[in-house]
Amino acid sequence: MPAPRIQVQGFTACFDGKPAVKNLDLEIFPHERLAIIGPASSGKTTFLRSLNRLNDLDPGFTHSGEILRDGKNIYDADVDVAELRRKIGMVYAVPVPLPWSIYDNLVYGLRLAGVRDRATLNERVETALRYAVLWDEVKDRLHEPANVLSGGQQQRLCIARVLVLEPDVLILDEPCSGLDPISTGKIEDALVTLKERHSIVLVTNNTKQAARASDRTAFFLLGDLIEVGPTAQLFTKPTHKRTNDYLVGQFG
Amino acid sequence: MARHLQQEIEKLKGKLLALVANAKDAVEKAVKSVDERDACLAQAVVEGDEEIDRAEVDLEEDCLKILALYQPVATDLRLIVSVMKINNDIERIGDLAVNIAERTLFLCTEPPIEAPSDLADMRTKALAMLTGSLDSLVRQDTKRAREVRTGDDEVDDLNRQIFREFSAAVRKNPENVECLLSYLSVGRHLERIADYATNIAEDVIYLMEGEIVRHKPTLPEG
Repeated sequence: MPAPRIQVQGFTACFDGKPAVKNLDLEIFPHERLAIIGPASSGKTTFLRSLNRLNDLDPGFTHSGEILRDGKNIYDADVDVAELRRKIGMVYAVPVPLPWSIYDNLVYGLRLAGVRDRATLNERVETALRYAVLWDEVKDRLHEPANVLSGGQQQRLCIARVLVLEPDVLILDEPCSGLDPISTGKIEDALVTLKERHSIVLVTNNTKQAARASDRTAFFLLGDLIEVGPTAQLFTKPTHKRTNDYLVGQFG
Repeated sequence: MARHLQQEIEKLKGKLLALVANAKDAVEKAVKSVDERDACLAQAVVEGDEEIDRAEVDLEEDCLKILALYQPVATDLRLIVSVMKINNDIERIGDLAVNIAERTLFLCTEPPIEAPSDLADMRTKALAMLTGSLDSLVRQDTKRAREVRTGDDEVDDLNRQIFREFSAAVRKNPENVECLLSYLSVGRHLERIADYATNIAEDVIYLMEGEIVRHKPTLPEG
């Protein structure tokens, strides 16, 4: 195993004093797809939103412990949160294209980050669209409104909008929840290519998707990490009875 | 969805246990038919095999349906995979019961001769292993399954002993060679039944513990 890209050490996240993630230790490695599964209120999304400090926007949020990115705690006072969110990019359940063209959706983040050179913008847009497996479908209509794309295309556009910023880690919260099986397959295929360059953390309520589309899987329950291991092992021979019970649908 | 899957799995278990009972009955009848030179009983075993074959195909189709429709994981997945393997072994055990019964049908056409002395011991041990493996399956008892594994070497030794006895008996009474060959075949079929019983015991261990113990030493539990 290479050195982890992210190390979560003794991390607890609370909302209004109530813990949503408890004393979590977990590592995220380069070139891996880590799936997070667990029933409602298990802390999956809280964990994901802790990785790029989106929980900071909730006034009731407090935390303890550390999340180290390349050895530095992302909760240190001197961390540039905007830069952090560019490097740990998030994709949400519902794709929200901005009400502009496909091209402008993609270059918006880059312009905010200060990139102005047209050739660089074009190159980054094409690369991101290729990695998101969308280039062939939109290359001839980059200046059409993004909202004419299908749901699956919009979600891949949102993935490309994150990729264009060249993040280290791509975090996805239920990215296929509203998509048909073909669109879901395209996104899962894209994740295989994307892990060459990025670490991927995928929160999903669809355990079958975790089985198909991840290298390691972590099972969360009521804020605790119950088990993490290679996906093939977790889905054939889970170590903990509670993992097995969840996978076979006996609760959750 | 989970409830439907569990219902399908319970149905599958019921069908497997019925098939197991049927195959065990066939082996016991076949062995008894050899002991008692009972051609009617042997004929019943031969005719009963079609039902075992039908049940095997039916069970396999159920397993494939569950895999396609529910994509089970963890203990459910191990159960389906184990049922498919055990189903196959049970059907083979049914075929071996038929082979034994066919030897009875031949022996009944010839004057009686003395059976090899170790055959009775072998029959007892092979049947005990079959009963043990099926019990371990019904009770999901890995301790019992491990006990079955340790019995396989004894049956193999007895099979070799029967072969030695056969060679000596043929030299002594060459005119009995065809009947002696039939007894030798019965011994060989019992040895194969013991092998399948061992396979089933190993599948029970995989089902319960997730560990593949095939080709590993048969150390007692603990």
